[in-house]
Amino acid sequence: MSKRVAVVVFPGSNCDADTLAAARAAGSDAYYVWHRDTDLRQADVVILPGGFSYGDYLRSGAIARFSPVMRAVEAHALGGGPVLGICNGFQILCEAGLLSGGLMRNARLKFLSRPVRVRVEATDTPFTCLSTTGEELVLPIAHGDGRYVADAHTAAELEADARVVWRYVGDNPNGSTNDIAGICSVARNVVGIMPHPERRNEALLGGPDGARVFQSMEAGHATQHAGALRAVGGRHDGM
Amino acid sequence: MAPFRIEVRVMPRAALLDPQGQAVEHALHALGFPEVRQARVGKHLVLEVEAPTREDAAARARAMCDRLLANPVTEDYLLAVDGGGKGA
Repeated sequence: MSKRVAVVVFPGSNCDADTLAAARAAGSDAYYVWHRDTDLRQADVVILPGGFSYGDYLRSGAIARFSPVMRAVEAHALGGGPVLGICNGFQILCEAGLLSGGLMRNARLKFLSRPVRVRVEATDTPFTCLSTTGEELVLPIAHGDGRYVADAHTAAELEADARVVWRYVGDNPNGSTNDIAGICSVARNVVGIMPHPERRNEALLGGPDGARVFQSMEAGHATQHAGALRAVGGRHDGM
Repeated sequence: MAPFRIEVRVMPRAALLDPQGQAVEHALHALGFPEVRQARVGKHLVLEVEAPTREDAAARARAMCDRLLANPVTEDYLLAVDGGGKGA
């Protein structure tokens, strides 16, 4: 049975259609949920897509995090349900306090839109369970506020708990702390990624690498149904 | 209830890289202002509120900053409350 995937649409989201298409290409039963909705309609997974919700006013993600739908997203996350935030979605998850740290203006100020290399550092999340540790992916970035920052204590915790999920390889495009491109929550079910896996999920779009994220998401379902409850790699996500 | 004017200054945390501030600093140097040792760029918000007392106005404003106006991970804020009483 396909996984039910809610793609949340905020005013200013612009990667919602690509995200929906990428989830469907991986076999998921994906559908949109409007930011004013309060019901995720029995979602197995929630994805907050990229874009510029509320025009990035005040701070990226700062206003979107108070959208009515976010109460349901928070309840889903706290119940152990998988949540993926891509780019602006990552910013919203940080603003909501579902992920540690924050995202600030790129170190060299420029808006960056180009492919980058990232390395998969943690495979015990719902969005990387089909990857192998150390696997390198080419994924596009498209952000102005992509510099992940965390204080020294938080950064040390992320490293100690292996909560850095993806790391830039070779070139750190935005000056992020410890070359971080994506992280997960303590329970490992909430994941944020700055690059856009949905924009590179087939040969026509430059390569298939991003599809791994959505295929992992869909495969996680099967694992659950087999009773293994995401105890991938000897870890349990605390559901 | 009395009207108060609250000014909020939000600045990137001192420990964090402020690329906007650096760009402004470099531009000032290029324009012949070498005496600028550092520039930092933040935000200035002005709120007109109604509150019973100045203390209430300040407490409410701090709550607004903590919830929305500033991100404690990346920013610090300062408040100034004006008005109340003397018909200000």
